[in-house]
Amino acid sequence: MNRSANAGDDPSDATAISQLPAQLSRVLTGEALTSGYARGPKALLSEPLSFWGGYDSVQGTIVDKTHPCFGQRLGGTIMVMPRAKGSSSSSSVLAEAIRNGTGPLGIILRERDLIIATGVIVASELYAINIPLVVVADADFKSISDADAIIEISCPNQLGAARVTLIASSSTLCEEDAT
Amino acid sequence: MLTLSAHDRAMLDGGLGPGVALAMRIVTRIANVMSARELIAVTSAHIDGCLYHGATSLDFVERFVQAGTKVVIPTTLNVGSLDLIHPELYRGPASAGKAAHRLMDAHVELGCESSFTCAPYQLKHRPKLGEQIAWAESNAIVFANSVLGARTNRYGDFLDLAAAITGRAPYAGLHVVENRAARIVFEAPDFSVLPGRDIFFAALGLLVGKEAGASVAAIVGLPLDTTEDELKALGAAAASSGAVALFHAVGITPEAPTLDAALQGRAPMRTVAVSLEDLRDVRRKLNHAGPGEPLVAVSLGTPHFSVAEFEQLLQLFAQYSGPLRCDFYVNTSRYILWLLEQAGAAEKLADRGVQIVVDTCTYITPVMKKMTGLVMTNSGKWAHYAPANIGVTVAYGSMSECVRSAFEGKVWFDEQIS
Repeated sequence: MNRSANAGDDPSDATAISQLPAQLSRVLTGEALTSGYARGPKALLSEPLSFWGGYDSVQGTIVDKTHPCFGQRLGGTIMVMPRAKGSSSSSSVLAEAIRNGTGPLGIILRERDLIIATGVIVASELYAINIPLVVVADADFKSISDADAIIEISCPNQLGAARVTLIASSSTLCEEDAT
Repeated sequence: MLTLSAHDRAMLDGGLGPGVALAMRIVTRIANVMSARELIAVTSAHIDGCLYHGATSLDFVERFVQAGTKVVIPTTLNVGSLDLIHPELYRGPASAGKAAHRLMDAHVELGCESSFTCAPYQLKHRPKLGEQIAWAESNAIVFANSVLGARTNRYGDFLDLAAAITGRAPYAGLHVVENRAARIVFEAPDFSVLPGRDIFFAALGLLVGKEAGASVAAIVGLPLDTTEDELKALGAAAASSGAVALFHAVGITPEAPTLDAALQGRAPMRTVAVSLEDLRDVRRKLNHAGPGEPLVAVSLGTPHFSVAEFEQLLQLFAQYSGPLRCDFYVNTSRYILWLLEQAGAAEKLADRGVQIVVDTCTYITPVMKKMTGLVMTNSGKWAHYAPANIGVTVAYGSMSECVRSAFEGKVWFDEQIS
């Protein structure tokens, strides 16, 4: 399992967010593809993941042995990934993971993706679990990838602006740099 | 901003029932993600949702069954997790088998045709040039777009059924003629007279998928007598290694009488020259066996075997008199099996020890007797997915090499193509 050098730090960092001075937060704007609110540690996937064949929706871990984040759990995280790939059955696996509570709380992509969006939309329609899905510009994607931060996503409406807040922390999971 | 027709609006508002409203919410939400401005009527759908991935698969379909919803356009079904004609072949856990069976039945209750094939283009009725359709299953999508000239995006689970229930799809992507222009040109080497040329088509497909990603490709230099089955192998492989939904074979496929037509008069982003050595290299990378290594099985028919391929197989079998020395599986649809039974060919193959698998495929579900060891195939798609899906090791060769190897019980390669 890939862990960042910081992953062993005191996890209580995450509980102190509200006491952080405002200048340690940074607010970015993206495009909301689905509505919702989420806050959690970042799971940075440098390489695209195909959920079908790549993620175990019961165990909640990345099972694609060729993926740099093999073994990583996505449950409870904000998944940050440049783009998606692979079979359209990935929509089913992602929706199943969201249903099981083993999927990410929120998703940030650099390139819009129909298969990811479909999984998120169906989970929202069937189970009323609303996972915010955001597309951000290249420069903002880099800032999000580089930041050691807890991420907060707020998408009040589907197809509006999404607010992405980076709250300084040292909780990034999976160390690879996104490209 | 998405504009809806009065009928679209009625569906969305629940005037045609809660199932239709759910389907329309999914279509419109996805249309918004695609930045579509309107929806269009689609004339057929192909559904990939009958392969069981977990409770969500069933929850989705049962929601429509309970609401009494039906599909409104001719709708075919992709493979499921079971061979319902030969249920005894299934070797997985009983609980998953039961849920998988219910998933297949539930789709039929919605009015879908019990075709259970990944090659719906081999059924009686198939879409025509320019027809707007909503198909799922990567190889079926690429075949419909490329070989038939019908128009579909890479639809997948959920949206396919939502389109079948509403008869509508987002007007975006490959539904729009301008987006069907080739952006990358591949110059294929001449392999027209080489023996076992089926694997060169698959190898070229894998290479095209890797290089083109989701871009539309044009291929020049394919043999002028290229068959539909060879285009099927090429497309399935390209859709496995990349997100290819459409390729133009210049001089062969309907939207590409010339390279300029395939490019719609624009210059390509780039041109890739492919050599025979490149294709042999793809083959070497897919193949994980040396000559003489013992085989546990041969698996053909990914995508599902056509009648013409069964005829070829029978001709190859006629060259050998002894028994098969490993298991021999051929995946096809129940419709093609019925045609074979009418012609007496199914019985001939069964007598020679061939196990025909229908409704599903050997690389997605446990149906083969031996799931460890070396399995030989001529399918680029099977070779790409099977090792991770079911844990076998792949020997990769042409159909004629596969047949000879099966009669010898060990891998045999034709010197001329290794």
